[in-house]
Amino acid sequence: MLSEITLGQYFPGNSFVHRLDPRTKILATLIYIVAIFLADSPLAYGLLIAFAAVVIGVSRLPVGMVLKSLKPIWIIIIITMLIHMFTAPGENILFTWKFFKITEEGLVLGTKMALRLILLLLFSSVLTFTTSPIVLTDGIEKLLRPFKCIGVPAHELAMMMTIALRFIPTLLEETDRIMKAQTARGADFSSGNLLERAKNMLPLLVPLFVSAFRRAEELAIAMESRCYRGGEGRTRMHELAYKSIDYIAFTAVIILAVSLAVLRWGTGVCVL
Amino acid sequence: MSIKLANVFFTYMTGTPFERQALNDVSLNIEKGEILAIIGHTGSGKSTLVQHLNGLIKPLCGKVTINDVDITGRGGEAKAARQQVGMVFQYPEHQIFAETVYDDIAFGPRNRGFSAEEVDKQVHEAMAFVGLDFETFAQRSPFQLSGGQMRRVAIAGVVAMNPDYLVLDEPSAGLDPRSRNAVFKEILALHKERGIAIVLVTHSMEEAAKYAHRMLVINKGKILFDGKPAEIFSKHKDELVAVGMDEPPIYKLSGLLRTKGLNIPKGITDGAELVKSIKKAKGWR
Repeated sequence: MLSEITLGQYFPGNSFVHRLDPRTKILATLIYIVAIFLADSPLAYGLLIAFAAVVIGVSRLPVGMVLKSLKPIWIIIIITMLIHMFTAPGENILFTWKFFKITEEGLVLGTKMALRLILLLLFSSVLTFTTSPIVLTDGIEKLLRPFKCIGVPAHELAMMMTIALRFIPTLLEETDRIMKAQTARGADFSSGNLLERAKNMLPLLVPLFVSAFRRAEELAIAMESRCYRGGEGRTRMHELAYKSIDYIAFTAVIILAVSLAVLRWGTGVCVL
Repeated sequence: MSIKLANVFFTYMTGTPFERQALNDVSLNIEKGEILAIIGHTGSGKSTLVQHLNGLIKPLCGKVTINDVDITGRGGEAKAARQQVGMVFQYPEHQIFAETVYDDIAFGPRNRGFSAEEVDKQVHEAMAFVGLDFETFAQRSPFQLSGGQMRRVAIAGVVAMNPDYLVLDEPSAGLDPRSRNAVFKEILALHKERGIAIVLVTHSMEEAAKYAHRMLVINKGKILFDGKPAEIFSKHKDELVAVGMDEPPIYKLSGLLRTKGLNIPKGITDGAELVKSIKKAKGWR
C-alpha cells in the first residue's frame, strides 16, 4: 500500500551536480528562483529553459523522473493558466463565448505564469533529487549559522529536520502495518462520508501516535546516553568546504541572473 | 475446506529501480484443522506469503482461493471468505487503540456485523481463551497493561472474529519464556477446541518442531521443503544450514548423544521427554 511511495526523492549519483556542496545548490536554486521572476521577454524565458535543461542534463538524472515531479501540481499549473487567460485585461480579443473572453495578453500572461511555475518546480526538484536529505539539512544548518546571533537556533532546526526526515519512512512503514492489521480486523478506511471516514481513522491514528511517542522517548534516551547536549562545541564528521566546482556553479548561475537583469532593465542602462 | 495458493508470484515496487521479487511461483494448500509452521530467514518472503492468505496483498500473478472462492474479488462472497482468516501481526500490541480492553477486542466482531449479544459472547470467549479474566480486565485501559497482557488483548481481538484459520506472525517475539509458553498454550487450546487451522510464521526452529504438524521452509520466495518437521530436520539438515537455518537445539543435542553411543529415539521435541529417554538409555531410575 503505502510502501510504494518514494519520499525524500534522492536519486544517488556522482555527477557534477551531485558533487556540489549543498550550500551551493541551495543558494543557486534561490538565485535561479529570483531570476525566474526577473524574466519578462521570450529571450529571457529561453535562457531560463536552456539553463534548466543544461543542469538537468549535467545531473544525469532520468528526464522522465524529473518531469514526474510536476505530477502532483499540474492541476495547479493549469488552473493558474486558465485564471490568467480569462481574467487578464487586454484589447486583442481572440475568442468570446457569453461572458468569457480570451485576450492575447491573457494568453501570454497565462503561459508565462505556467512556465514560471514549471521552471521553479523542475529546478528545485533537481536540488532534492541530487542531494540526500541529510546533506541538505547539513547545508541549511551551515547557511543559517550566521543568523545565530539574532537568535536563530540553526543547529536545533537542522537536527529536528534530520530526525523528521529519518523517521518518515519508519512512520510510513508503521502506518502501512497498522492499516493492514486493522483491515484484517474488518476496518474500512475508504468508504463513508467525511465524518465517518474521520471516525474510521481512529484505529489507525491512535496506535500511530502511541508508537511515535514511544519512538521519540527511546530516541531521546539514546541521544542523552551518548551525551548529546545541543549544538554547542559539536564537531562534525564531514566538514563542508567549497571546491572549485562550486565556484564554477556559482559563476554560471550569477551570470544567468545578471543577464536576465540586463534583459529586463538593460535598455535603460544602455540609454544612460 | 482449505486455503489454496496456485502459482502465486509477487514483486514489490514493480517498475522502479527498487524492484524486488518476494514470491516466486508458490503453490500451497492449507487444510482446515492443521497446524502449519512457515519458517525462513528474514526477507525470505514468509510475511509476504501469509499476507496473501487474507487478501492484504493481491498476487501479481496466480490465484488464492478459500473453499474455492477467489478472495481477491470485490464482492461480498470474497469479503466473507477473507474474513475467515484471522491475522495476528508481529507485535500485535502496537495496533491497540480503544479506550477499554472490551472495546478493542470487540472492534473486529463489530466490523463483521455481529449482533451486540454475539459480540459480547465472542469477547467473553476470546478473553477466556487468552487467559484474561473478564471482570478484572474488560473495563481497563489496554495501555496500562504489561507487554504480555497487551499481546493477549491483541490476539483476543482476532480470535473474537471467530476465524476458521488463524495466522500468527512471530507471536512470541519479544516475550519472556513464561509468556511465550502461555501464548502457545492458548493457541493450542484454540486449535483443539474450535478446530481452527493455525499458520505459524516463525524463525524459531524450536517452536516449529514443537508445535507444528507440517512445516514449510521458504527461501528467496520459493518453497524449499514442505513436510513433517521431524523429517525435514533429519533429512535436510545440511540444506537448512546452507540457507542460514539450523536444526532446533533439542534435535542437535539428541543427535550428539546418539553419535556418542546413547540409544535416543529420533523425533523428540520436548525437553522433559529427552531427559526421560536419557535416563532410560542409561538405565537410571
